[in-house]
Amino acid sequence: MIRALCLAFALLVAAPALAVQPDEILDDPVLEERARDLSKNLRCLVCRNESIDESNAELARDLRLLVRERLVEGDTNDEALDFIVARYGEYVLLTPRATGSTLILWIAGPAMLLAALGIAAVYIRRRRPEVAATGLSEAEKARLSQLLDD
Amino acid sequence: MIVEIGHFTLILALLVAVVQTIMPLVGAHKGWRGWMAVAEPAATVQFFLLAFSFAALTYAFVTSDFSLRLVAANSHTAKPMLYKVTGVWGNHEGSMLLWCVILAFFGALAAWFGANLPDRLRARVLGVQASVGVAFLTFLIFTSNPFLRLEFPPLNGQDLNPLLQDPGLAFHPPFLYIGYVGLSMSFSFAVAALIEGRVDAAWGRWVRPWTLLAWLNLTIGIALGSWWAYYELGWGGFWFWDPVENASFMPWLIAAALLHSAIVVEKREALKSWTILLAILAFGFSLIGAFIVRSGVLTSVHAFANDPERGVYLLIITGIFMGGALTLYAARAGQMQAKGVFSMVSRESALVANNVLLAVATFVVFLGTIWPLVAELIWDRKLSVGPPFFDAAFTPFMVALAVILPIGSMLPWKRAKIMTTLRPLWFVLIATFVVAALIWTIQSERSLIAPVGIALGVWLIAGAAVDIWQRTGRGTFTHRLGRILRLPRADMGRVTTHAGLGVTFIGIAALTAWQIEDIRVATPGESFRVGSYDVTLVDVRQLEGPNYISTMAEMRVDRNGSNVATLFPEKRIYPVANMPTTEAAIDNGVFRDLYLVIGDPQGNGGWSVRTFIKPYANWIWAGAIIMSLGGLLSLTDRRFRVAAGARKTPKTNAGVPAE
Repeated sequence: MIRALCLAFALLVAAPALAVQPDEILDDPVLEERARDLSKNLRCLVCRNESIDESNAELARDLRLLVRERLVEGDTNDEALDFIVARYGEYVLLTPRATGSTLILWIAGPAMLLAALGIAAVYIRRRRPEVAATGLSEAEKARLSQLLDD
Repeated sequence: MIVEIGHFTLILALLVAVVQTIMPLVGAHKGWRGWMAVAEPAATVQFFLLAFSFAALTYAFVTSDFSLRLVAANSHTAKPMLYKVTGVWGNHEGSMLLWCVILAFFGALAAWFGANLPDRLRARVLGVQASVGVAFLTFLIFTSNPFLRLEFPPLNGQDLNPLLQDPGLAFHPPFLYIGYVGLSMSFSFAVAALIEGRVDAAWGRWVRPWTLLAWLNLTIGIALGSWWAYYELGWGGFWFWDPVENASFMPWLIAAALLHSAIVVEKREALKSWTILLAILAFGFSLIGAFIVRSGVLTSVHAFANDPERGVYLLIITGIFMGGALTLYAARAGQMQAKGVFSMVSRESALVANNVLLAVATFVVFLGTIWPLVAELIWDRKLSVGPPFFDAAFTPFMVALAVILPIGSMLPWKRAKIMTTLRPLWFVLIATFVVAALIWTIQSERSLIAPVGIALGVWLIAGAAVDIWQRTGRGTFTHRLGRILRLPRADMGRVTTHAGLGVTFIGIAALTAWQIEDIRVATPGESFRVGSYDVTLVDVRQLEGPNYISTMAEMRVDRNGSNVATLFPEKRIYPVANMPTTEAAIDNGVFRDLYLVIGDPQGNGGWSVRTFIKPYANWIWAGAIIMSLGGLLSLTDRRFRVAAGARKTPKTNAGVPAE
């Protein structure tokens, strides 16, 4: 009885679909590979922070199918992405495009590295040991001979 | 009643923390010994009060006291005992209490084992530590009190999120918190040193074990979280560059940088103000992490307490401590006179390079993590920064780090000749290139990930071996072998950790490059081939667990006709939380994991099935374990031990045996 109840309950709860469904997969392995690559770069809009390749949501499935549809119709990867960005906004892209203000994000790393290396180089140069002892200054020599004379 | 006492001791702990903040700091300033001496007993008392409070909350969870709002919202009578206990920190309020307990524990440790510190410094360290405690205890009591009662207790609880009912995740938070909170010790030492206006070699030696302790626990915590994600989420990813993951990764990176720069302070009395800055920033990133996880400003898979009000409070805490510490830093850093001099090619310079790479890498992760927020606030652009960005922007730093690491760790201090250091490494260098070339020719993919990543791993591991071998000096082979075990633990720790990093490199590169995935519909009895394995879906059954219902498949995996494993992937539904989970079945191996996932029933009586072959997956976590073991080895080094010098004095009256 309890088992039957549990089963009934189980059926009521919407079962999650696995990310990529067998029926979505394209026959052409090259196209499918491209579709998977694109999917990894597209955000599932209703999930918290998952790509459509990982997500179980209905919307993610729709997007996966859409990507495959575009590829089958002969779009290049960029065209397919443009198509989706035009409809869902750039929020959908997990790799922000290096345009406008996002350029800062992309350049920040290398720029910081150069700056840090520069600062480090200056610091290390300053910490370099004095090149050999420079001997005594005139004043010191005078003081020394004075001391020795005493 | 016990719960009320726990609530009471929590409030009492706050009062003690206030006293512990004010009296030692004022005492140290005025030179009042009596006030300074308050610090140690206060730290001990504060810890025991909080420990009792935590025990009381645990008691409420264990006895399923549903009159407590927190227990009602996060527990259930049908839950296994282990998860009743771990449920204490499986929620915002409880985990915050754990955070405070650990904070007080570190304070108490500093009080117990700080006998070798100068009185004034110890008083200041404990005072600063307590001030952090005051902030978090206030936060806990006024915005997230775990001891609030319900007027009408429910008959049963709402259960803990089923995803969290897992041994891997159950112990992930405590390790992580020891790591986060452990960095508060480094912070306290840094601020105390700034107040003193003095940093010397001894300071470097004192701050290092605390950072090491924090770092090695952070390593374990992150590894546990990543391992959990790998087997629990159903597609075998191990790192997602999610904001919450980054929140734990940034302090880890900075702490790693701090560990290295503190060595320069200790051995060479240089890089002082930089080390202080790192110590402040390391804890700063812990605070920012707490803010990211608990405020919900950044959408994340893991965030479990999205409450803007709490977020604001945490932001204020972060602002006060970072603002205060950095202002103090700006005022006092100039006084830190560096003593040691060194040339361009030297261990010091190599450690500077290490710090540059780690610090900039942290900065890149930080920028990527907060960029969506920045873009929306400033340019009103809604965009995402996901794994592809981090992979591209972060990886080069790790590659550069791995390239210089074996050379840097063998360079002599002060002044070195690069060719002399490279001499014992030539053989390793050649082996590394051979490995890279071999992999490149053998693998079918035209990807650089595997050859470069694995070659770097080999370079790190073999480099570590050469490193320790060089340390044994001259002599016969057996002589040197015997000497290895007698080397300082710090040296053993260093090479172990560096080798562990290499192991992780190999795991990540091989898994990323060579994973095989197969998605299909299979009917019971059907066999199919994945890679060199034959997988058979034998049967699918419905089962009942203690608090869930399971759809379990039986799958047999053969290779060349002989059975490799029989696996039982599951799909579970937790009726109380009304939540489904996938339980992948994994056959762990040294060189590959077989990873099976069962999906939905299909129209024709078949089931969707996912099969993964994940090469070298376990190396990722094995490397992390080796790294933390290395940290532990280093931590047991003689020079960190309490009063190492004092204990060395021989017993005077024992008499000397005749020789």
